[in-house]
Amino acid sequence: MNLTLHVWRQRNGSDGGSFVTYEARDVSPDMSFLEMLDVVNEGLILRGDDPIAFDYDCREGICGACGFMVNGRAHGPEKATTVCQLHMRHFSDGDVLTLEPWRAAAFPVVKDLIVDRSAFDRIVAAGGYISVNAGSAPEAHSVPVPKDDADRAFEAAACIGCGACVAACPNGSAMLFAAAKVTHLALVPQGQPERYARVMAMVAQHDAEAFGNCTNIGECEAACPKEISLDTIRQLNGDLLRGTLKRRKRQASTVSG
Amino acid sequence: MASVTARVPSEKWREGNGTPPSNAPAGPVEERWDRHRFELKLVNPANRRRYHVIVVGTGLAGGAAAATLGELGYNVSSFCYQDSARRAHSIAAQGGINAAKNYRNDGDSIFRLFHDTVKGGDFRARESNVYRLAQISVEIIDQCVAQGVPFAREYGGLLDTRSFGGAQVARTFYARGQTGQQLLLGAYQALERQVQAGTVRCYTRHEMLELVVVDGRARGIVTRDMVTGEIEVHTADAVVLATGGYGNVFYLSTNAKGCNTTAIWRAHRKGALFGNPCFTQIHPTCIPVSGDYQSKLTLMSESLRNDGRVWVPKTMGDSRSSEQIPEDERDYYLERRYPSFGNLVPRDVASRAAKNVCDQGRGVGPGSLGVYLDFGDAISRLGASVIGERYGNLFDMYERITGDDPYKVPMRIYPAIHYTMGGLWVDYDLQSTIPGLFVVGEANFSDHGANRLGASALMQGLADGYFVLPNTLANYLASSTGLAPVGVDAPECREAVAQVGERIERLLSINGSRTVDAFHKELGLLMWDHCGMARNEPGLLKALDRIPELRAEFWDDVRVSGANEELNQSLEKAGRVADFFELAELMCVDALHRRESCGGHFREESQTEDGEALRDDEQYAYVAAWEFTGAGKAPVLHKEPLSFEYVHPTQRSYK
Repeated sequence: MNLTLHVWRQRNGSDGGSFVTYEARDVSPDMSFLEMLDVVNEGLILRGDDPIAFDYDCREGICGACGFMVNGRAHGPEKATTVCQLHMRHFSDGDVLTLEPWRAAAFPVVKDLIVDRSAFDRIVAAGGYISVNAGSAPEAHSVPVPKDDADRAFEAAACIGCGACVAACPNGSAMLFAAAKVTHLALVPQGQPERYARVMAMVAQHDAEAFGNCTNIGECEAACPKEISLDTIRQLNGDLLRGTLKRRKRQASTVSG
Repeated sequence: MASVTARVPSEKWREGNGTPPSNAPAGPVEERWDRHRFELKLVNPANRRRYHVIVVGTGLAGGAAAATLGELGYNVSSFCYQDSARRAHSIAAQGGINAAKNYRNDGDSIFRLFHDTVKGGDFRARESNVYRLAQISVEIIDQCVAQGVPFAREYGGLLDTRSFGGAQVARTFYARGQTGQQLLLGAYQALERQVQAGTVRCYTRHEMLELVVVDGRARGIVTRDMVTGEIEVHTADAVVLATGGYGNVFYLSTNAKGCNTTAIWRAHRKGALFGNPCFTQIHPTCIPVSGDYQSKLTLMSESLRNDGRVWVPKTMGDSRSSEQIPEDERDYYLERRYPSFGNLVPRDVASRAAKNVCDQGRGVGPGSLGVYLDFGDAISRLGASVIGERYGNLFDMYERITGDDPYKVPMRIYPAIHYTMGGLWVDYDLQSTIPGLFVVGEANFSDHGANRLGASALMQGLADGYFVLPNTLANYLASSTGLAPVGVDAPECREAVAQVGERIERLLSINGSRTVDAFHKELGLLMWDHCGMARNEPGLLKALDRIPELRAEFWDDVRVSGANEELNQSLEKAGRVADFFELAELMCVDALHRRESCGGHFREESQTEDGEALRDDEQYAYVAAWEFTGAGKAPVLHKEPLSFEYVHPTQRSYK
């Protein structure tokens, strides 16, 4: 099949950027979307043009490196599929595809389809962990974890940090990303001691970055390639409320005491 | 059987004086690590922040090492080429992590895990290291659970385990099919905690392009900022390489696209010996190549072989679709050749058998490079819902990639390069032959011998990072008093920066007619054909003739677009492929010199009458550690003899 691609080209963060049109010829239905772009890029290099820059690494849908908008949809049209696992058999001859980077204030464009997602690392650094130094752990079986909790924790922990949720959100919010980690760690007994401090620190960092607020639209859940549930945001909000109340109570008792 | 040599192959390498001592302790094997740890010197907690350590790579080994060194109070710089430390390829490991917890009461023990690993490695690993690995495995699970890693659990709330890769005990802990992801996120979170604490600084999108050696010690690295192109020097008191394996020398592998050999190869060029480079592992159950645009191969968990039956048509060139081939015209070749293990023979045996039937012209699918893995019998016996529960996510993944529904038609699978047991030679302290240069995880050669068991890669990465390196590195720092600070304008730094700059300039100025990928694909195919699943002398000699020619063509005719001072993926790839060319030659020399079959290294000249791998312990019970003498020049072979006091060498049999 042959396709027409309108691709966002931007040399670097300070360049303005614009769409450039390319033809992708003889595309095999068995190619992945990124392999289709590889072939386009080989052609660009041979004719002396700059190849289209896009992030990728594992190409198995687990590292979270890849991702861009295909016709306005994060990772393209297939549900629960990263763009590296999207195959060309889902497209038809003559299709016109518009490829754009994640558009969000907190994800500045680095080049073409590549954005800077380091804000995610800073949200995790703010508190997305359990503080346990290597070597200090108790025997693994000393604390049983109900299977249901472990399974739900796993489902939240499956987030790959690709940023599709932010790109899909009309507010550019990263609440699903933060909530996935908050939920994972709130559901296991080991995560309890820091549970409320964690959620408050992570949300504070989220807000300090250029992410927008969550207004429960739900586009994030629909775009998430790992199907992280919107319920995680409910968990985050509940914990944030409890954390805030606990802090007020503590402050009040300090003042009165 | 291949014929006698056409040429004297020894012109391809020279014999050296042996490796430095391995520093593996003597005495009862179960006491060695404890005693050694006691003998290691310590760094006073108050002094640790004065030591600066560079850790390159943020996978399980590097992420765990950087986080742990930060927790201990060292001043750590962590580097990765990805945009975040969370993306290293450890994340893609599916199956699980082994640990000798014996929670099942099924006869497992530290000694049994040690025994299985030495034997599984086909007696080409150091007993002391492997025993330590088995000991530490127990602590790893404790650590990861405390970090909140959501391992699979039973209804009673305790950890679930399964048997993996032919082990007779259930010692593999797992988190669905995403164990690597969950363990890596645990290490990444521990790392980010140290970033917040101010002990670790992360340099993402930074690629190490050179090692800085001052007075014979590793004292820094040269990196390229992959966004701006800036070439930077970072100096330190010690350097840790945790940069993974080099399977991408074959172009197609299950590795992430960015995995490369540059960090360890640059260190090798600066004097670090390279151990057993030809020991590569091929995984039998990957999705076959569908066309020449193929950019990588995807692994399907080998647990599929528990219920799937492997077959090909009995007749050559049978182009009928699978359902048109009647039962009596199918060859279930694993069940036929290995009646007791059947479809569950180890990875190397299953891979070679698939290659054999495809070489006979009985392969299926595009290019006839595939075999069927058929769930028809299992579905009619157990029902589609049971099979769906067991393998649903794998079936979905297969269908997403191939467009075929494995509930209806057999899967097509083919072996692919998956892991490299070889890597930089290290002693018991994980220190390379360059003092101050430590190598952890897949990047080193240790622990797995000639073949790695399933679910052992994650175990080794975390053992090295959380528990071994932090002790042995302290000993190095405490023993190396008076490490004078190295300034970024030291002559050695300036020289390393100049070398990197010249190389980049050279790559950018060739402006030839072929892309980097085109060269990489040609090299990969050459390696797959001659240094892949089966190797023989004429083939290896042929590859050794062709690689230097191809390397020369690369340096003469490659086209790298753009400039250095920008994000330039074409330039990144070019530097990596240039190093793969040199490594490829060393792999072929190593494979040529080792005229025995062992583990993942199958020399056609060394097989039993039944076509099974035949080891030669008389001549080859050693680690081959290679010294670099110049690109295209004969490397020097240093041997580290291996002795087996506890696990006595036997020939494997799966009949």
